[in-house]
Amino acid sequence: MKYSSQMVAKPYFIFALILLAGEILFGLIMGTQYIAGDFLFPEIPFNVARMVHTNLLIVLILFGFMGATFYLVPEESERELWSPLLAKITFWVFAAAGVATILGYLFVPYATLAEITMNELLPTMGREFLEQPTITKIGIVIVVLAFILNVGMTVLKGRKTVITVVLLTGLVGLAVFFLFAFYVPENLVMDKFFWWYVVHLWVEGVWELILGAILSFVLIKVTGVDREHIDKWLYLIIAMTLVSGIVGTGHHYFFIGTPDYWLWIGSIASAVEPLPFFLMILYAFSMAKQRRIDHDNKMALTWAKGTAVMAFLGAGVWGFLHTLAPINFYTHGTQLTAAHGHLAFFGAYIMILFTIISYAMPIMRGRPHGNGPKAQAVELKSFWMMVIGMLGLTAALTVAGFIQVSLQRLPDVGALSFMATQDEIVSVYKVRLAFGILVLAGLFTYFYSFFVKEETA
Amino acid sequence: MTERITKNMARNIYFGGSIFAILVFVGLTFDTVQQVPKLSNDDKITESVARGKNLWEVNNCVGCHTIMGEGAYYAPELANVFDRRGMKNEVAFKAFLQGWMAAQPLQEPGRRKMPQFNLSESQVNDIADFLIWTSRIDDNEWPPNIEG
Ligand code: HEM
Ligand code: HEM
Ligand SMILES: [Fe+2]
Repeated sequence: MKYSSQMVAKPYFIFALILLAGEILFGLIMGTQYIAGDFLFPEIPFNVARMVHTNLLIVLILFGFMGATFYLVPEESERELWSPLLAKITFWVFAAAGVATILGYLFVPYATLAEITMNELLPTMGREFLEQPTITKIGIVIVVLAFILNVGMTVLKGRKTVITVVLLTGLVGLAVFFLFAFYVPENLVMDKFFWWYVVHLWVEGVWELILGAILSFVLIKVTGVDREHIDKWLYLIIAMTLVSGIVGTGHHYFFIGTPDYWLWIGSIASAVEPLPFFLMILYAFSMAKQRRIDHDNKMALTWAKGTAVMAFLGAGVWGFLHTLAPINFYTHGTQLTAAHGHLAFFGAYIMILFTIISYAMPIMRGRPHGNGPKAQAVELKSFWMMVIGMLGLTAALTVAGFIQVSLQRLPDVGALSFMATQDEIVSVYKVRLAFGILVLAGLFTYFYSFFVKEETA
Repeated sequence: MTERITKNMARNIYFGGSIFAILVFVGLTFDTVQQVPKLSNDDKITESVARGKNLWEVNNCVGCHTIMGEGAYYAPELANVFDRRGMKNEVAFKAFLQGWMAAQPLQEPGRRKMPQFNLSESQVNDIADFLIWTSRIDDNEWPPNIEG
């Protein structure tokens, strides 16, 4: 570690990992409710578990992005962070607001939570992924602004690299698009149209810039490939991302009351969206091949390659599966959507966090060459447990989706009702739950790898 | 393949491509915003429909259900529940919804549970009006059949 202020990243990483464990735990609760409808009812109704699950996911990714930024920006800018104190304050404010919101979901009925947080003054609650009370949303804006100020000042005063500029562009975009979360018109169609400005333009737009920047940083560090090369790849990837991803928002505008030209435009633009993810695979593997150094932290490179492959599968392949309007007509809002959501979020945004954490944590813990071989062996095991677990979970949900489409959506006469269809799929949901447990076991194995002792010679 | 592309070319593709994409998207957004009122019968959004939408939100209905295919996949699609359960008859649908909301949670062991929200009769009517309005949005003939 070159600059002492990089250390502020550590609590962000640790907290993100803890939240991930919580997220998966609530996933398992829902996975059980899919099989046994009475499970934990009425203590934790499904919708509450789901809010906790998805909100923890988003918040943990934000913590991870912030940690990654605080770690890599000083090193790239060749100067200390503008204000390490502000970074610490941001952490505690964000953590407190996050925990309070989750506890609110769990212990107060949602309608009551809306009332006590005075949602009627500026109603923003009750939309998927954006369920947070309005005051929490305002808190998030303040935290993100303080964060961007801190990072922005550091970048401006230091050496500017393509990595930091792309990263900062992504972070500013993240903040700007979040503002659409405050726009909740009476017209449901307008509401949905701009809701995607947050959700889609995040995961298939600006977040990919952040992903590309973090991936590039780790690749430089563990392969020693020269910067010119890295920069060129990064530009190409994010160019393809934005060219396809912005207009690609149209793949959500097929059947929600928006004009029908989106059927064509959304299909065509989003069909190109897998390309940047494919470039990421070429990128990671060719940088690894051309490497000039053999870093002792083998796992960091393993995670980096894994991110590229799994993001391509989850976002690229599983996304393409249902992105053309004539197919989406039948698959829209089925278990196939959930299958894609899981592999895409995991492959792209959880694995990139493992990549940077596995690179940076050993260094912050006084091991510049990475963890010892024994710890890395455990970590490799956890890598495969989580990857296989998520692939199995996704495969199960894909089968569930196919059954759902063929029983409930395809028949013109004699289609089964939603609930009757779900009864037919229960055995597949059991397989999903089993793979989910494997993912959690993998995460605990990963935690354990932090505590593996090496024999000292 | 990338040997022939220089860093400068890559950067220009990035800037040029993004600006082009943003312009196209902003243009389409303007056109969509113009067309939505007609496609969605914006003039039919009564105060009751608006209250119904708010009740839909503050009770987090979308945490279990889909509406026009978006939301959670635990419980049935509701953008067409007026067609499915009310047979497109407003009086019949309101009567159905009053009974339905009052009966929750259904006491069938093992069945997925919908919570009891303790809504008043007029609140349930507001939600019904919201769902009736929603069912009439021109959404390119989705879903494929009545089961949603
Ligand atoms: C890392 C990037 C991505 C992430 C994290 C992601 C995540 C998600 C999630 C969570 C949903 C469900 C949203 C909801 O609840 O309604 C979704 C829907 C969708 N995604 Fe992605 N996605 C990614 C990339 C892609 C790509 C590249 C494509 C196309 C090639 C794609 C195509 C779609 C489509 C068509 C839907 C709508 C499904 C439906 O109609 O139900 N996604 N995505
Ligand atoms: C490993 C155990 C997990 C289980 C059993 C699980 C289960 C579930 C369930 C049952 C839902 C709700 C689906 C519905 O609405 O009916 C859900 C939603 C979701 N989960 Fe998970 N989950 C797990 C892990 C994860 C992980 C690791 C991630 C992210 C990396 C994730 C991301 C999501 C997302 C984005 C949604 C919303 C999907 C959508 O709207 O399409 N889950 N999960
Ligand atoms: Fe999308």
